[in-house]
Amino acid sequence: MEHQPPPFFNRGPAPLVRLAFFVSLAFLLMVLDARFRYAENVRQVVALAAYPIQLVAMAPVNLFHGVVDYFSSTTALREENSALRARQLRAAQGLLQLAALQEENGQLRRLLDARERLPRKSVFAEILYAARDPFSRKVVIDKGSQDGILPGQPVIDDVGVIGQVTRVYFLVSEVTLLSDKDQAIPLQVLRNGLRAVAYGAEGGMLDLRFMAANADIRNGDTLVTSGIDGTYPPGLPVATVVRIERDAAYAFASITLMPTAGTDRYRQVLVLSNEAKPPPPQPAPPARKPVRTKRPRKGG
Amino acid sequence: MELQAHPQRILLPAKGSFITLTLALGLLFNLLPWGGIAGVPDLTATVLAFWCIHQPRRVGIGIAWTLGLLLDVGNGALLGQHALGYSVLAFLAFAVHRRILWFPPWQQALHLLLLLLSTQLLTLVIRIAAGGDFPGWTYFAGSLICAALWPALGYLLLLPQRQAEAMDENRLI
Repeated sequence: MEHQPPPFFNRGPAPLVRLAFFVSLAFLLMVLDARFRYAENVRQVVALAAYPIQLVAMAPVNLFHGVVDYFSSTTALREENSALRARQLRAAQGLLQLAALQEENGQLRRLLDARERLPRKSVFAEILYAARDPFSRKVVIDKGSQDGILPGQPVIDDVGVIGQVTRVYFLVSEVTLLSDKDQAIPLQVLRNGLRAVAYGAEGGMLDLRFMAANADIRNGDTLVTSGIDGTYPPGLPVATVVRIERDAAYAFASITLMPTAGTDRYRQVLVLSNEAKPPPPQPAPPARKPVRTKRPRKGG
Repeated sequence: MELQAHPQRILLPAKGSFITLTLALGLLFNLLPWGGIAGVPDLTATVLAFWCIHQPRRVGIGIAWTLGLLLDVGNGALLGQHALGYSVLAFLAFAVHRRILWFPPWQQALHLLLLLLSTQLLTLVIRIAAGGDFPGWTYFAGSLICAALWPALGYLLLLPQRQAEAMDENRLI
């Protein structure tokens, strides 16, 4: 006759068994997340549970910002105001020309029968905080799927491209910065139209890869988005060349870029929608041939 | 002082609500918007290790795993990364929980440093295998800070259990 230990001593499975169970569960989640991207539903559900804690964690920062705003003196505001006024004046000249140029460009494009560049919708958002994951470079903005944010949308500030929305929750979304190691952006040298692809590098810089050692690129060159990926609209400033190393031993030059936009300055950003899809193919002109109608054959 | 170093003193039972509160506070600390600062101490891991050592029957690998999952989502990290790290941490803490309390606090801190560093190393290996970026050596500074905080943290977390209802010089309760 077997004796069961009294329930007082019952401790459940052994610690090593428990560890094996939870470790394999964690590995399963990691593989699903990293390899197959199936874990987004799990993430959405847990995000709802974590949201109140995140909200509370944001409170001291918001309080700090509020106090700083309250005590920022009128002189500082006045200085900022005059600086903004001057900047607006400088921009106004460009804007006035822009309208005329856009009109002219539209005409020329119609002339060339090229499709017109469609204006994009944009959503204004604010950066809440930089994600705490030290292995990647991401920021969290305060707009989510509720405001129509979709994964893959480009994010810009007033001087250039910041990055791309990579994960959308209901109320917030994660933006991967251009300086993230896995983030690539197709670029074009403004001076001569040379196309290239930049990847994130260490220290918030970008790395222009696969440029031939004899490519026509100089220090100080501005790079803008080329737009051939269909994600980023063309012509947005992205970075300037700061260092070029040409080594005869390698086929490619090592080119370092400094991003134009910085997330450490302002907290306001624009999320551009990538709804600008190519127009549907035009219906073919009516065929002149008489349309044959098939008669259903009987039998067979 | 000798009595402080060796846990001869009989403590009141720990309250579940207090354990939950401290773990939630640790989570809150971890989810503060730290920006890209590397080497922020992982207070959740430290509090978790503390309760795994002091209350191994109430706080274990399951709770560690759940906390890790919450942190993964809150930080936008690889899903399961913290869950794995914390599960291993909870197991290691459970493995040493009978021995570690016989050491004075600063030696306990050395034990903890080893536990936290191995957890961080595991996380680092996982993330680099998944294509992450090496965050620099300051990444490990968080564990050093946590270990330095351990004596103070241990004192604070045991404070409610030291509040004896009737103080008696002869009975050490």
